[in-house]
Amino acid sequence: MPESTGNAVAPGEPLLEVKDLKKHFPLTQGIVFKRTVGHVRAVDGVNLTLRRGETLGLVGESGCGKSTVSKLLVALEKPTSGQILYKGRDVAKMGGRALKDYRREVQIIFQDPYASLNPRMTVGDIVAEGWSVHADIAPRKGRLQRTQELMERVGLNPDFVNRYPHQFSGGQRQRIGIARALALQPEIIVCDEPVSALDVSVQAQVVNLLEDLQDDFGLSYLFIAHDLSVVRHISDRVAVMYLGSVVEEGTDSQVYTSASHPYTQALLSSVPVHEPHLRGLKERILLQGDVPSPANPPSGCRFRTRCWKAQDICATEAPALVDRGQGHPSACHFAEARTVVPLEG
Amino acid sequence: MSTASTSAPSGSARAGFGPILEVQDLRVQFRTGSGLVNAVNGVSYTVSEGETLAILGESGSGKSVSAQAIMGILDVPPAEITSGRILFEGRDLLTVSAEEQRKVRGPGISMIFQDALSSLNPVYSVGFQIGEMFRAHRGMSRKDAKKRAVELMDRVRIPAAAQRVNDYPHQFSGGMRQRVMIAMAIALDPRILIADEPTTALDVTVQAQVMDLLKDLQRDTGMGLVLITHDLGVVNEVADNVAVMYAGRIVERGTVDDVFGDPAHPYTDGLMSSIPQLEAKGGRLLPIGGQPPNLANIPSGCPFHPRCPKRRIGADALPGRHCAEDVPPLRLVVPGREAACHYSEEVLGA
Repeated sequence: MPESTGNAVAPGEPLLEVKDLKKHFPLTQGIVFKRTVGHVRAVDGVNLTLRRGETLGLVGESGCGKSTVSKLLVALEKPTSGQILYKGRDVAKMGGRALKDYRREVQIIFQDPYASLNPRMTVGDIVAEGWSVHADIAPRKGRLQRTQELMERVGLNPDFVNRYPHQFSGGQRQRIGIARALALQPEIIVCDEPVSALDVSVQAQVVNLLEDLQDDFGLSYLFIAHDLSVVRHISDRVAVMYLGSVVEEGTDSQVYTSASHPYTQALLSSVPVHEPHLRGLKERILLQGDVPSPANPPSGCRFRTRCWKAQDICATEAPALVDRGQGHPSACHFAEARTVVPLEG
Repeated sequence: MSTASTSAPSGSARAGFGPILEVQDLRVQFRTGSGLVNAVNGVSYTVSEGETLAILGESGSGKSVSAQAIMGILDVPPAEITSGRILFEGRDLLTVSAEEQRKVRGPGISMIFQDALSSLNPVYSVGFQIGEMFRAHRGMSRKDAKKRAVELMDRVRIPAAAQRVNDYPHQFSGGMRQRVMIAMAIALDPRILIADEPTTALDVTVQAQVMDLLKDLQRDTGMGLVLITHDLGVVNEVADNVAVMYAGRIVERGTVDDVFGDPAHPYTDGLMSSIPQLEAKGGRLLPIGGQPPNLANIPSGCPFHPRCPKRRIGADALPGRHCAEDVPPLRLVVPGREAACHYSEEVLGA
């Protein structure tokens, strides 16, 4: 493992810490004289910890800010405020050499395997492109061989090194994206909805591949998805996001079997299960209305406008993400563990 | 007082006993630059009153194309319906005139689509678009049509319908847009509603709301629902019967309980074991190997055989049941269940 960004981190130690991260996008009006008329609070106070070798799942519905978090983490966007600490160092204060190393060590896989690969480049060029910036990873001489090894490792035929992305299926393209991320020997891979665009039968192949690679290379994953079943399967810990902030966090079984935030409970209750014998056993919680606009979020608790437990305090005081006796942190004044999904067996 | 003629099949279909919609051996091809694409290869199914039939398949399995053929919205050319019959209340829609088709489909069969935003016209208000159904098919005045539109928006539970009737599609959220589409689709009380991936673009909490609405509407009107989807969870929770499609064919059919509880086709079996569970962390996923077939070049014999763990080729195969050579017909495997596999009996109970 390359250790150019300073001291090594032992397994289980925090590798990446996100502290009160915020990203507000300005809303402007006018063409010549642009006035800022408001802000979309895409990410509004997110705290996360990613430990070495683990997978942290981040779930939430569209517009909750999970993809913005991923862009902030790979330094594609600059945070409005808050900190991202990588091995104890603030990413915002990194520059030059350190930032270059950070960008190598934290890689990303995107959702859309069609849009995220340059159609005019061969697979070999796509996988090897990172080495033109980080030349020390692979000596110029052996690059073709390294590319083919990587392709083989992710389950692609190495003979296809000169083919173009359009000659591959969706699942194979996602493997190309994975090989590209692996080429730079990262510590962390941010997986932003990596299997959402894939067919069910192919999705499992890619999930298994990601698990194998994690074991082989000791990778840490931030796994962002809206599919709660996939997230449970792959994650050690899970954070649930709603309207720009994390509402509940815990191990996969804490969040899935004793959800304590009403939003998590509603989310779990809405997921259709595929086994006939479990049909109808799940508690039914049907939420009213839609997610409010992040440009004008409700005061106090963000979820209160759709919550059946809401009281006066919810409108005035934003609940902190803390353990209120339910065993894991939850951002609800009235957090209470509840089993929504029937336990197997 | 009944005579022999009133108990004829067509009469009973109208009374709600037999199937309302019957698709027989439908075949659709597309002529493209890269050759002939066989999208639908002999699909047959029936839908009865109050029934929910799910058509389950992955992308390219022909599930949407077969529905588009029923609705008469295929682009011809490049598409071509090469054979088959589509019987609605006993009448073959493929042989009657275009004008007649329009009269039958409008009030009889309607359809909703995955992408509500691109299915609605951005320059007309939603009230106008819902009202169009009444103006075009019932000759109603604009004013009356708008009044009916408000009623319908109420019925699909759009809050403050009277205030929102003049709003434009972009002013609605994804879930609300899908409700507008549903309002248009149920405006004329159709006997059959075809829903093509109606909730795929929606978040799970909104998906639950929309599926709930569709079930309630079905209970009220007794319409038959054809639900086209790739989501096994949605099928399990809302459908009565399921037809699993692969490479333009139905490979398994039966009640959802039977098919999902104990699959008879290796493809269905593979799908069930390749998706992670919500209620338990579970062990390693067991994916189906390989890639879905290219419809321009469908494998010989059973189209699933290159990916099938149960295939028998060469000396292993029984006579006439060679997976790479003999196309397995959709046959009755156990009562109430059909599967297109030579060796279904070995898949069942496994």
